[in-house]
Amino acid sequence: MRLEPRQSTPLWMTLAAPLVAIVAALVVCAALVIWAGEPVLHAYGLLFKGAAGSRFALTETLTRATPMILTGLAAAIAFRAKLWNIGGEGQFYVGALTATWLGSGMVTLPPWLMIPFLLLAGALAGGVLLLVPAILKNRLKVDEVVTTLLLNFIVLLIVNYLLEGPLKDPMSMGWPQSAPIIDEGVLPGIVARSRLHLGFVIALAAAVVTWAIMRFTVWGYEIRAVGFNAAAAAFSGIGVNRTIILTALLSGGLAGIAGVGEVAGTKGYLTLDLSPGFGYAGIAVAMLATLHPLAVIASALFLAGIYVGADSMSRAINVPTYIADVIVASCVLSVLVSIMLTRFRLRWK
Amino acid sequence: MDILEILLTAGFWAATLRIATPLIFGTLGELICERAGVLNLGIEGIMTMGAMSGWMWVYMGGDLVTGVLFAAFVGALFGLLHSIFAVHLGLSQHVTGIGITMLASSLSYFVFRMLLPNATTPPKIDAFDILPVPILSEIPVLGVALFMQTPMTYAAFAVVLIVWYGLYRTPLGLAVRMVGENPLAAEAQGINVLGLRTGAVMAGSALMSVGGAFLTMSAFDAFFFGMINGRGWICVALVIFASWRPGKALFGALLFAGIDAWQVRVQQLPGVTIPYQFFLMAPYVLSILAMIVVSRKALYPKALLVPFRRGERT
Repeated sequence: MRLEPRQSTPLWMTLAAPLVAIVAALVVCAALVIWAGEPVLHAYGLLFKGAAGSRFALTETLTRATPMILTGLAAAIAFRAKLWNIGGEGQFYVGALTATWLGSGMVTLPPWLMIPFLLLAGALAGGVLLLVPAILKNRLKVDEVVTTLLLNFIVLLIVNYLLEGPLKDPMSMGWPQSAPIIDEGVLPGIVARSRLHLGFVIALAAAVVTWAIMRFTVWGYEIRAVGFNAAAAAFSGIGVNRTIILTALLSGGLAGIAGVGEVAGTKGYLTLDLSPGFGYAGIAVAMLATLHPLAVIASALFLAGIYVGADSMSRAINVPTYIADVIVASCVLSVLVSIMLTRFRLRWK
Repeated sequence: MDILEILLTAGFWAATLRIATPLIFGTLGELICERAGVLNLGIEGIMTMGAMSGWMWVYMGGDLVTGVLFAAFVGALFGLLHSIFAVHLGLSQHVTGIGITMLASSLSYFVFRMLLPNATTPPKIDAFDILPVPILSEIPVLGVALFMQTPMTYAAFAVVLIVWYGLYRTPLGLAVRMVGENPLAAEAQGINVLGLRTGAVMAGSALMSVGGAFLTMSAFDAFFFGMINGRGWICVALVIFASWRPGKALFGALLFAGIDAWQVRVQQLPGVTIPYQFFLMAPYVLSILAMIVVSRKALYPKALLVPFRRGERT
C-alpha cells in the first residue's frame, strides 16, 4: 500500500469528506446496536427523534450545542496554529468559576453591562489559564498536550475545593454548589418554554467573528502560517511566539465563555458536574468541522444531537447511552482518514 | 507522628510500590512507543480498556493470569488501531491518540454497561492476593515494604529489566531505537520501519493495558467509571521526565508514587488543615514541574511525531 499526494483536491471532495466519514462511523457503530439486540434503523430512528423529533428535543439539542460550539471553536483555532490545546475542560471551568465568583453577588451592574462583564471576565480567565502552557511551550519547549491535560485535573480539584469551602452556597442544604448568579447576570431565554438562552446567539456570533478573524485579518493569517510551517513563518518575519500567545488567549477565551454561558445561562449556579466533558467534546467538534470556524456550528449541532438523541434512545431501548461517546470518537477517527484521502490517493501494488 | 517519620514506616514503602505499579507499566509502554517514534496519547483510554477487560474476563469466570494476558491482548489491538492511523496512514499522532483515548474509554464504559446493565454497586472479583516472597519477606520493615506485594508489582519490576535489556542489548531494540531516531537510515539497512513501529506501538499498548488491569485486578477488585483519573497523562509526562530511559522511568514512577503515598499519610496527621483537594493535586502539579525541570535537556527521539512514508524525503 502506498500513499500518493494528489495534485489538487476538488471542492466536492472537501465538502463530502466529513459526511462520508459520519456515515462510515454510524455504520461501524451499528455493530454495537446489533450486539445490544435492537434493530439498527429503529435505534437510529429513535436517536434522531430524540435529537430533533419535537420542539423540546430540538431546543435541548440547541442548548447542548451552545457550549460545544464555543469549545469547538477554541480547539479549532488552537489546532490551526498547531497549539495542541486539550485543556478546554479546564478553561471551561475557570470561565464558569470566574463568572460565579463575580456574578453571585460580588458585583452588581445593570444587565446590559453585567452580562458582557461576566463574559469578558470568563474569557480572560480561560485565556490566562491557557497562557501558562503556551508560555512554557514558547520558553522551555514543554509539551503543551500534557500540561493542558494535567491542568484540567488541577482546575477541577480547585473548583471542588471552592465549592466545598469559600464558594459554597449556605442555602444549598449541604450540596457542593455555589450561590446562584444574580438576576442581572443571568443570560435571558430566547425561546419560550425551553432552556435555550442568549448564549446560543453569542456562540453563533463567536463563530462568525472567529471565521472573520481567521479569514480576513493579519492575525488569522499569522495563526494559519505558524500552524502550517512555523520555521517558514518565522523566516518571513512572523513573531511565532507572539502568535502562539495570541492564539492561546483567543482559544482559552472561547472555552472560558462556554463556561460562563453554562453557569449563567443553562444552570444558574456552579456545580462539579456543570460540564459532561464539553471541553473534550470540543476537540471532536473541531475535528469534524475540519477546523473551519463556520463548519464548527454544524458539527456542534450534529454532535450535540448525538448526545441528546442517545440519552433519549437509551431510555426507550436497551442500548447504553455511552454509545454517543463511541459514535463521537468513531466520527473523529473516520474524519481524520477521510480528510487524508482527499489529499492522498491510496495505491495498491 | 511527624511528617518525616512517615518515611520510616513499612506501610509507606509498601504503598509506594503499589501506587507505582500502574505508572511503571504505563510509562514503559509509552516509552517503547515513543522510542520507535510514535507518540501514543491513546494511553489514558487504553488503560481504561485494560482495567475493564481484564476485570471482566475474571468476572465472567476466567482466571487472573489469563485475565492479565487478555487485557494485554486487547491493549495490543488498540495499539494496532493507533498504528494504522498514526504509522501507516501517517495522520497527526496528537489527534489520533486523543481519538483512540475517546474511543477506548467510551467503548469500555459501553461494554461494561452492556454486560452488566443493572449493576448499581460495582460488582467485585477475587483479586490478586499478596504473595510474600519466602525468607525475604521476613526481613523487618524492608521485607514488608518490598516483598509483601501482589504478583503484578513484582512483574512490573521484571518488565523494567526486560524492556531495558530488550532496548539496549538486543538487535531488535537497536532497530526500534533506530526507527525512532532516523527511519531513513534504518530503511537503508533493510529494516521494515512501518512494521517495527507497528510492533512497538502494539507492545507498548499491551503494557499500558496491563497497567490499567492492575487497578481492577490487584489494587482494587472492581471497575469504576473514571478510575484511571489522569494516570495515563502522568505516564506521558514521566516518559519525558525519564528522558526516554527505562531505568529513569522506574525511578520517576517510584518518586511520584512515593510523594503520592506520603501526601495521603500527611493528610491524616493531626493538625493538618490544608484542604484535601490540594493534596490530591500533587501528582498533576508535580508532573508539570517535572516537565519544566527536565525541559532544557529533554532529548526527544528525533523522529518522534514524524510520519514515515517510503520513498518520501523529509
